[in-house]
Formats: sequence, structure tokens, C-alpha cells
Amino acid sequence: MPPVLELRNITKRFPGVLANDHIDLTLNRGEIHALLGENGAGKTTLMNILYGLYQPDEGEIFINGQKAEIHSPTDAINLGVGMVHQHFMLIPVFTVTENVMLGSESLQLGGVLDRKAAAERIREISEAYGLAVNPDDHIRDLPVGGQQRVEIIKLLYREADILILDEPTAVLTPQEADELFRIMHSLTERGKSIIFITHKLREVLDIADRITVIRRGKVVGSTTPKQANQSKLAAMMVGREVDLSVHKRAAKLGAAVLQVQDLKVADDRGQLAVDGVSFAVQAGEVLGIAGVQGNGQTELVEALTGLRSTHAGSIRLLDEDITRADPRRITELGSAHIPEDRQRDGLVLNFPVADNLVLNTYYQAPFSKGAVLQQNTISEVARERVSKFDIRTPGVETHASSLSGGNQQKVIVARELSRPVKLVVASQPTRGLDVGSIEYIHGRLIESRDSGVGVLLVSSELDEIMQLSDRIAVIYRGKIVDVLPAKGASKEKIGLLMAGVVQKGAKASPKVAAKKKAVTKKTAKKVAKKKAATKTTRPTKRRKDS
Amino acid sequence: MSTQASTIQSVAPQGTATRRIVMGLVFLGLAAAIWFLFANTTQADLVTTFTLNPGGSQFNFPNLGFTTLPVLHALASACALIGAFQLARGFGRSTNAVLGLVAALFIFAFLSWVASGTSLNLAGLLRATLIRAVPITLGALSGILCERAGVVNIAIEGMMLTSAMVAAIFGSLYGLWVGLLAGVLAGGLLAVVHAILSIKYKTDQIVSGTVINIFSIGITSFISAKFLASYRYLNNPGIFSDIQIPGLVDIPFLGPILFSHNIFFFGMVVFLVLLHFGLFFTRWGLRLRSVGEHPKAADTLGINVFRTRYMAVILGGMMAGFGGAYFTLGSVGRFDEVMTAGRGFIGLAAMIFGNWNPFGAFGAGLLFGFADMLAARLAILGVRVPSEFLLMAPYVATMIVLAGVVGRGQMPAADGQPYEKEGH
Amino acid sequence: MANQDNESKAPAQKKSAFGIFLQELGRGSVLVPILAIITGLFLGGLIVAVTTEAVYTTWSSSPLEAISRGVDAALRSYSALFNGSIGNPERIADALASGEGAALRRAFNPFLESLTKSVPYIFAGLAVALGFRAGLFNIGAEGQLFMGAICSVYVGFALTGLPAFIHLPLALGAGALGGALWGFIPGLLKAKTGGHEVINTIMMNYIAFRLSEYLLRGPLQRPDTTNPISPFIETTAQLPRFFDSPIRFHLGFFVALAAAYGVYWLLFKTRLGFELRTVGANPSAARYAGMNIVLVTVLAMSLSGALAGLAGANEVLGVNYTLAPAFSSGYGFDSIALALIGKSHPVGVVLAALLFGFLRNGALQMQIAANVPVDIISVMQALILAFIAAPAIIRTIYRLRAPAQQDDELRVRGWGG
Ligand SMILES: Nc1ncnc2c1ncn2[C@@H]1O[C@H](COP(=O)(O)OP(=O)(O)O)[C@@H](O)[C@H]1O
Ligand SMILES: [Mg+2]
Repeated sequence: MPPVLELRNITKRFPGVLANDHIDLTLNRGEIHALLGENGAGKTTLMNILYGLYQPDEGEIFINGQKAEIHSPTDAINLGVGMVHQHFMLIPVFTVTENVMLGSESLQLGGVLDRKAAAERIREISEAYGLAVNPDDHIRDLPVGGQQRVEIIKLLYREADILILDEPTAVLTPQEADELFRIMHSLTERGKSIIFITHKLREVLDIADRITVIRRGKVVGSTTPKQANQSKLAAMMVGREVDLSVHKRAAKLGAAVLQVQDLKVADDRGQLAVDGVSFAVQAGEVLGIAGVQGNGQTELVEALTGLRSTHAGSIRLLDEDITRADPRRITELGSAHIPEDRQRDGLVLNFPVADNLVLNTYYQAPFSKGAVLQQNTISEVARERVSKFDIRTPGVETHASSLSGGNQQKVIVARELSRPVKLVVASQPTRGLDVGSIEYIHGRLIESRDSGVGVLLVSSELDEIMQLSDRIAVIYRGKIVDVLPAKGASKEKIGLLMAGVVQKGAKASPKVAAKKKAVTKKTAKKVAKKKAATKTTRPTKRRKDS
Repeated sequence: MSTQASTIQSVAPQGTATRRIVMGLVFLGLAAAIWFLFANTTQADLVTTFTLNPGGSQFNFPNLGFTTLPVLHALASACALIGAFQLARGFGRSTNAVLGLVAALFIFAFLSWVASGTSLNLAGLLRATLIRAVPITLGALSGILCERAGVVNIAIEGMMLTSAMVAAIFGSLYGLWVGLLAGVLAGGLLAVVHAILSIKYKTDQIVSGTVINIFSIGITSFISAKFLASYRYLNNPGIFSDIQIPGLVDIPFLGPILFSHNIFFFGMVVFLVLLHFGLFFTRWGLRLRSVGEHPKAADTLGINVFRTRYMAVILGGMMAGFGGAYFTLGSVGRFDEVMTAGRGFIGLAAMIFGNWNPFGAFGAGLLFGFADMLAARLAILGVRVPSEFLLMAPYVATMIVLAGVVGRGQMPAADGQPYEKEGH
Repeated sequence: MANQDNESKAPAQKKSAFGIFLQELGRGSVLVPILAIITGLFLGGLIVAVTTEAVYTTWSSSPLEAISRGVDAALRSYSALFNGSIGNPERIADALASGEGAALRRAFNPFLESLTKSVPYIFAGLAVALGFRAGLFNIGAEGQLFMGAICSVYVGFALTGLPAFIHLPLALGAGALGGALWGFIPGLLKAKTGGHEVINTIMMNYIAFRLSEYLLRGPLQRPDTTNPISPFIETTAQLPRFFDSPIRFHLGFFVALAAAYGVYWLLFKTRLGFELRTVGANPSAARYAGMNIVLVTVLAMSLSGALAGLAGANEVLGVNYTLAPAFSSGYGFDSIALALIGKSHPVGVVLAALLFGFLRNGALQMQIAANVPVDIISVMQALILAFIAAPAIIRTIYRLRAPAQQDDELRVRGWGG
């Protein structure tokens, strides 16, 4: 029997980048084939070609032994190929049913939508594969995990046999990821074949039947979990022996620079996203905040940096109460902020690098005299910083938009760390960056810590948190469920805490602790599952848009 | 990202408190206006008489007569009470409906005051309001078609203007129906230009709309000055006559107001219903809206974003063309330079006011239509305050309402963004 | 990337206003705007040719004759446009030869009148451009211009006995203030409530028209007439003219150039300008950087309104000396086009405004001499704008190569919610 899918010699060039360089890949029926590679390796590009979104410059695709012409997603769908994109392709104001049926609608007479029939099929699919969703919910009301289930249902609704999952675990807790793996197995048992994309080594070894590693657009090797181990895979992925562990001296602790007391912060929809959080960051330490994306980290950071008003509680920076201070005051007091979404908040993309380097200090001497900007000084200082922080740019007048992600982030780091700061608030500082930039930014953060600055590191990458932090606080549903020293903390334990499971003896907010007392790992999984189910069936409170 | 809201307690959403207070103050302000502007200037013994016959109906509906002052006081008190309640508790979700009610009370108070000591044909006013709402609503529907698919259309004005002229010329030469068809096609043709510029060349959509507006003003004035002024027979199409819907037109009071109009009014009603149904209940509408919300998602499901947008913009242009033909073939009977006089822009405002929903836009169209109607009639009514200030009222009201109620409306998420297909 | 080398070699050079503008233009190609203008003018001529009546009356007998008639009409229009906007070369030569004052004035009048016509365009274009830079779509230049005209005409005739050096600045200032108020309101609503400035400025336009109707029939009406027209302003409030009749060229032109420089300086050299551009380019980043978005938005709209108000003030104080209702002829739209053609840069706006001034002025001669309605100019303006906004069309027509780096696109924030 021929493989369900065979990619031969796929090549794709983008201006200045060879994204896919003669890639071969085969996928057998009922198999989970992991595609491993670091950010920018070309995984998404390859899958977009398979799904008809991009046209390859060279190469052929065979499906069930037949040569396939895939010019559009429609072709791919008709050939039984389905893809869950890295960034979900869901329409927030539509219901689950509408999102799933879009493009292959159930109809009554005359083009009128048959929502009932579609919802019925969605229920059937969701029962058959254990994918809990409520067809009538609006996407905007669903948690990330729920949205992902909708994406998978979209494929099954179209009766796809080849499923592509592009970095599906990036937004999930380890426990939610396990749930996803269970679903993936139930899919392969029914004869579906899966291409599973990730850059997380542990997952690959856990779930894949076969592993293909690509680097800089080239296949560097194929293996199976039995033959491989983490360090071997890492070396293949990065192309050299990497040691991502950060060497740091013992922390020399100073006085507290940031003190947060019973902080409550509401999100955009008026829900309490940060619910009574207290912690302190001391000079000379890295406090890591671990947690799955969407548990209040964004709102917490925004409150700490003055971008979001607080609902209750207090924040102190050094000796000053900054609970109601504006961003400028907080900046001037010596707080640096590396924002979560660098392109949205941290940079003005169509401004020159030089202007971006003074984005929050432009009004101070020496960059301004009175009301007038001192362009020459700004350019000079910018040139210094570009070389000091190793920012790869043609010049300081180049627009930030034409820099790579890593260099954009370096612009922000250069701007923030060039000031005399006492506190660094770094939110997802390495998301989506290449290994070189990650190492560089980690180094800079540790350097700050060693020079006596307090660092608050918010990240959903558990590895990053574990490597950099001196202490780790875990946030779950707006509450800090536990704070533990990084030394001796195990990944499993933090993973469970991230899922809201508090073990015996741990201090946590009483409510959570009381509910979850003495939960073992096994039952925790069940709890999580149940919770997911109730979450999605919650009736929507928001008004329909039509 | 959405949080797990189920277990998280809700804090009062930001903004609703200010909104509540603004609306409350608006209601109280209207109550005060009734008192000070109207009641204060009305003598106690004056009587208001409303005629409820628009004319042309066999049934003679009795006139509605009442002593003005007590009614004004009652209306003012009602507004004040509603305002007080709004300030204290708020009407929550039904605030918009209450706003409509208060607006209606205020308008009734205004009309009672205008007609105090004389009589006023209320039925005629209502009918005129509906008629004036026609081009505005059609403009808004045109905007909805385009923007629900993600293409901003500020060229409605220009499309209407060009269509009005083309309809007049072809109507004069080949008859009304050909004129109407030509007008619709002219709107569609300009829409093709808008579509090519903004979808194919990815020109900023507001720039492209501005191009069409300037072009339309130029070309219509040019042709009008060059040809229509000297060859009168090119600009004499006549107008569509009213159609009476048999049976319904005989309903007392409402019949003549609602069921005796020319095809533009009935066309508007049909398009209104069709568009609402089409957008929210058919495959066509689901796909069209998906393209306006998240074109990339639509693309990954095999929906042709470009084709859908072209289709929507061209249909929108034809809708504007239909609305433009109204000016020459449905109303005036000849083309005058810049005769649309900003109705296209008001239509755009009605679209936003109505939150990109056809019926919402129609409601806003009625409000603006009423203002438009008053502008034409106030002089005749002989009002005692400078009419200009009353005529400003709807514009001021729109601004206040935008500030207090609509604020950030639910515009389509990808509105105004050209779609780039990558990797080809 | 070429500007890397430029930069290290000549860092001082890029600081000049014109330099930056040329750099921005040159990034694509200076050719494109020039070709856009030429193509727009050509197509305008084509429309003139096609709409010549003689073409149709002679077509059946002799198509060739008909075509030559059409071409002839177009050529006559161009020459009338040239004579009307720049001057009749023969007449200029004769006048220079004779050296007689009146003849010289008449010969150079078209050119100077074109400059005079471009004054309100400069102001109004700057107004919209400033708004664009701050991410605001000021569609209300027309209303702001009207309010400026009303305020300055009032100060112009109501205050008497002041010396010119006090009266004139007061009248201009009043115009700026009137416009600023009309920009301030939508600016405040935008910043505080998020109300669309597009809708609010449209509403403000209508309010301004109604208000002016009321004022010109009431408090501001000229005593001896029933027409809605204001009294003449005092001579002390007039913008001085530099030459005798018929030349109307006045000080306002230089005020406008100064305003353009002022806007340039504000936008690119000052803290406020930096804030304004940041808010316009990325409001989230502006908030992150601690800028006061409310203040910047309100200031930007007010300044934009003030500039539009000055456009009205200049027409009243420099050209008409009085105010009648329909004095503004679609400056609202034209100013949007100006800002876009000038890529929201003051130098570009001035150049575009000069182009519009020359076209508008020449068109009058075209109407008289060649019987072509002035409105053809709007058509040309629209075409030029289209070609500049979609340079790909021009490149296709003339088979130009696409630039290495992407053009600075014309981008406006739509409903900007
Ligand atoms: N549409 C595009 N245009 C230009 N370059 C692209 C585009 N998409 C991806 N690339 C480039 O191709 C390379 C591979 O990207 P991608 O496939 O997204 O990597 P991965 O999914 O493995 O992280 C990167 O260098 C990226 O910058
Ligand atoms: Mg990827």
C-alpha cells in the first residue's frame, strides 16, 4: 500500500529566504508523524504548500500514490487534507456552527443555511471523538482549548484523512496537551493520519510514530522516538550542540523593588482577570511567573506598567505607590518593560530604528531641548546602542519593520536596559525568536539580575522560566497558586500547578486549595477534562451580532 | 485571549457607567428643552390640531385636536422621569429602544408646539419622512454590502450623483425604466473602479473612495454644464408615478402613508428585507461576512476572498446607483449639479449609526429623513425660533448618541484592510 | 539598501525638509508622480476631445475630420489652460518689451492669480495632512474652513479703528480659532468616547452650514440688503496686496508657506510632533511610551481645524473681503486629495496645492476661450490622485520596473474606532 501522503523535492523561495529546500516527507496511514524544527525552519511554509495556500517553486505531492495538483485550499480539502493553523482561523463573532460550516455549508432550499443540520453533525462528531464543544457558543467566548477543538472539528466535518496540526500545543498546559494527545490517538485509531508540528522535544518523544527534523528549510534527518533522545534531537534541530541551560551565579538579594498586595485587575470585558495577587520582587533576583497563556498574566503586566487601571489592591515600586501612576511615571521611576506583543506595543514599525530606541525617553535631555528634538544626538546614541546590543540593521534610519523578529526584540531590550533601571518586567521576551536571539536575551536578563536589578519574567515557556528564575510563581485563573524556589522544582509539579492543581501541603489561596485538596495526578486529569466540558457548554451571555 | 470567565466574578464593565450617565443626561436635556423651548413659549389656551389624512384616501380620519400646554407638560414629565430612572438605575440592554422612545416623544412635543394655534398634517409629515429616508437608507445599504465584506465605501455619494445624472439622460432618451437600469449600471461601474483600485491594486480604500467622489462631482458637473444646459431634452425624464398597493392602501391613516409610493420606496423595503435575510440566513451572507471579518480564515476554507469582495462592492455600487436614480427619476424629474447634497455621506453615517445592520440603518435613515423633511417644511410652518437651530438638532443628536451609545460599534473586523494572498 | 551609505556619508543632508521629501518620493521613483500628473492631464484632454460637439456632427460625413476637430479642441483647451494659469507667452513678451505697468500687470496676472488660488489649498491640504499624521481622518475641513471665514469676517468688520498690524493678526487669529473649535469638538469626542471622527466631522460640516445660514441672515447680515451676505471688512483687516489691480496676489501666500514650514517643523522637529506621529502610526506603542493620547488627539484635531480655518480666513481677508454662503467650492474633498497626493508631507502638500491652484485658475480661461466647463479639472484631479494612489497602474502603462523597496503607501486609518 502506498503512503497516504508523499512530498517530493518541495522547494519554496521567499524574497531573500529559501524557506523549503528540496524537502521529502512521507506519511503512512494511521501514523503520527512529527515535524520538528526551531522557529523559522520552514515547517509552516511546507504545510501551507500542502494545504494549497502557497504554490511550491519545485516539487510534487502524491496522495495515496496519485500525483496531486493542489492550487488552493479547496483542492486540498477535496483531497482529504485538513489543517489546524498555528494562529487559529476562527471568526470570533460567529458561532461554532457557523465557523465549522463556513465553506461547506448545509443548505435548505435556495441557499438558506441549515444551521440545525450542521449543529447536529457537529454534535455527532464531538461525541464520536470526545471533542467537547457546544455548537451555539460564539468563538469569542471560548477558551483557547475550546477553540482548538473547534478547529479540529472543522477538519473532521470536511472528512479530512490527513490532518495537519501546526504547533497545537503552544497555547496549552501540559495537561491540556495530554488531552490533545489522547484525541490524536483516537483519530489515528480510526485511520486518520496526522502531521504534528512542534519545536518541543518532550512531546515529540511522547507521541510521534516517526520524527522528521528540518533546519533552515532542509530535512536534516528522520528517526523514531525509540532511536532518539532529547539531546540528539536538539542537536539535529539547531545544528550544533546547544546548551540552553543558563549559567548564573547565586543570587545576591537586595531589598524589595516591587511589592504587589492583593491586586485585582479587570480585563477588557470587565471580568476580574487578576484576582487578589500578592508577591514581591527583590533586587538581584529573577521572579518567574509561570502559567498558561490567558490566566491573567497580560492584565497583571499591564497593571504593573500603568497600562491598565487596577480594581483593588496596591503596587509599590521602590518607595513609591504606583497603583494609579501612569506609564510615564512608572518608567521614570526606573521600571523597564519588555512587552508581550512587541510589534503592537513595543515598536512603531514604520519609524526608524533610531526613533524606536528613544520611544519613551525622547522628551528628556539629551534627546530634547525644550520642545525641540535633538535629531543628531538621537542618531548618535542610536548608533552606539546598535553596536552595543548587536542589533543587525543596515542603519539607524532603517524602519523597524524591515528588521527580523530577533533584532526587533533587541531594539526593545536596548531601549529598556540602556536606562538606569531598578526593575525589568519582561513579558514573553523570547516568543517566536531564533535560538541565537533567545540566548542573547537570556544573557542580558541575567546580566541585569547580577547587577542588582529585580527581574519579573512572565512566560508561558516552562523551560525558559525554569532556566532563568530564582523563584517561580505559578498563576492560574488570576491567582498565584504557589511560589516555589526554582532549585529543586520539578517540571511536573509546576505543570500541575499551571493546571490549577495544588498538592498537599502547598500554600495557596484558600478557595483553590480547599477545592483541590489532595488531588492525585490521575484525578487531576479527569478534573481538567470535566472543567473543559463545563466551560464550553456555558450559555453565552453576550448578545448576538445579528 | 478569552479567560475562563465562568468562575471569575464580574466587575462592572468599563464604559457602561459613563454611557448610562450620558444617556440619562440626554433624556433630561430633552425634557428641559421641551419645557423651556416649547412649553415656556406656548400660551395656555392654544390648541394643536393634527390632520391624520395624507390625502388621496376615501376614509376620512377625524382630526386629532388637543390643548397644547398640558400635553407638552406631560411629555416633558415623561422624558424627565425616564431620564431620572436612567440616571439612577439604567435601562441596561433596552437603552437604545428607550432612546428611540424619548426621541419620538420629543419630536411629538416639537410638532405639537409648532402646530399650536394652527393645524399640521401629521400623516403628510410621516409620509414625507419615509420618502426622505429612501435615498439615505439605500446609501446605507450600499455601505453595508461593501463593508460587511471588508471594503470601506465612502464613494456612495459619488456613485449616487453619477447614477442620478446617467439615469436622467437615459431616462430622457429611452424612458424611465431604461434610465433606472442605466443608473444602476453606472453605480455598478464606478464600484468596479473602486473594487479594482482597492482589491486588485490594494490602494487605501478611503483614497480610492475619494477618487471616485471627486471624479463624480467633476464629470457630472462637466457634462451638465456642457450638454444638459443647452440640450434640455436630455434632462427631462419625468418621474415614476406612485403605485397603490390594492387593499392595503385603504387602511385608514397608515394605508396612504405606507402603501402609496413609487418604486423607489418599495424597492428600498424589498432590499432592506432581502439584505437582512441574505446576510444572516444564507450561505451568500455567511461567506460575505466571513470575508469582512477574517479573510484569511475564509481563504483557508476555500472561499474566494477576492471574488466575494468584488461581488459585494459591485452589488453595493448598484444599490447606490438605485438610490441615485431616486433623485432624478423618483423625486425631482431632472438632474441638477451636486443634487445629492451629501445624502450619500448621511447614508454612511446611518450605516455606522445602525451598527452595520440593515434595519438599524433604516432606523437611522428615518431620523435623518425626518430632519431632511423638516428642513424643507419649517419655513412654510412659520416657526418662532430660527429654523436653522432646529435643523442642526439631528446632527447634534447624532454626535451625542455616537458619544454615548454607539461609541465603538461592532464594525466588521477586517473593514478597510486589503487582503494579501501570500506565497504565490 | 542604499540609504545606509548615504547616511554615514552625509548625515547632515537628510535633515532638510525638502531632502526628506525627495528621499520619500525617490524611494519609489520621482517619475511616478510626474507621469501621474502628465497622464491625468492627457486623459482630461481626451475627455475634452471626446465631448466636443463638432466630433459628433461631422462624424458621419468624415471621421477623420471629426477626429481632427476633437484633437483641435483638446489642444485649444491645453493652450487656454496654459495661458490662463501661467500666462500668454506672447503677451508677456510684448509687455516686457513695452515695459508699461498696466500691460505688465495684465500679462503676469494669470501666474500670480494661480498662486493666490493655491493659498486656501495649501492651508486646507496641510490641515488634512496633519490629521493623517496623527491617525485622524479629518473629513471636516470644509466646515472648519467655513467657521474660520465666519470668525475672521466678524472680527474684520466689527472691530474698527484698530491699526492694521493689530487688526489683521486678530482677524487671522479669529479664523484659526474658529476652525480650531470645529476640530476640537470631534477631536475630544474621538479621544474621550471613541466616536468616529469621520462621522462627527461630517456632522460638524452640516452644523457649520446651518450656523452660517443663520448668521448671514441674522447677526452678521449686511444692513442695507436682504441677501445673506456679510458687511465688507475694514481695510485694516485686509491681507495686503502687492500689486495694483487686477492682481490679487496677497500676503496670504507667504503666510501659507510659513504655515507649511511650521507644520513641517512641528511634525518632524519637535517633541509634540514625535508624539503626534507616534499616536498616528501606532497608538498602542504611544500608550506604552507614556504619551498622553487624549491630549495629542485633541491637539492634533484642533491644529488641523485651525489650519482649515486659516484657509477660510485667507479667502475672506485676502480675496473676497466679505462672506456669502456658497463661497467655499468643495475645498473639503480637494484637501483630502491634496494631502494624499502630497503624501501627508508639507512639501508635497504645497506642491500639490500649487498644482491645484494653477489648474483651477487656468480652467477659468479654458471655459471662456475653449468652452470647456471648469469641472473638467476635478476629473483630472481625481485621475491624478488615482494614479498616485495606485502607482502600479502607471508602472504598467509606462513599463517601469517596480522599485526595489516598497513605496511608502498612502494609508489612512478607516473608521479608526
Ligand atoms: N509569506 C512569507 N513571505 C516571506 N517570507 C516568509 C513568509 N512566510 C514565511 N517566511 C519566511 O520563511 C521562513 C520559514 O518560516 P516558517 O515556515 O513560518 O517557519 P516555522 O513554521 O518553521 O517557524 C522564515 O524565515 C520566514 O521568515
Ligand atoms: Mg510556524
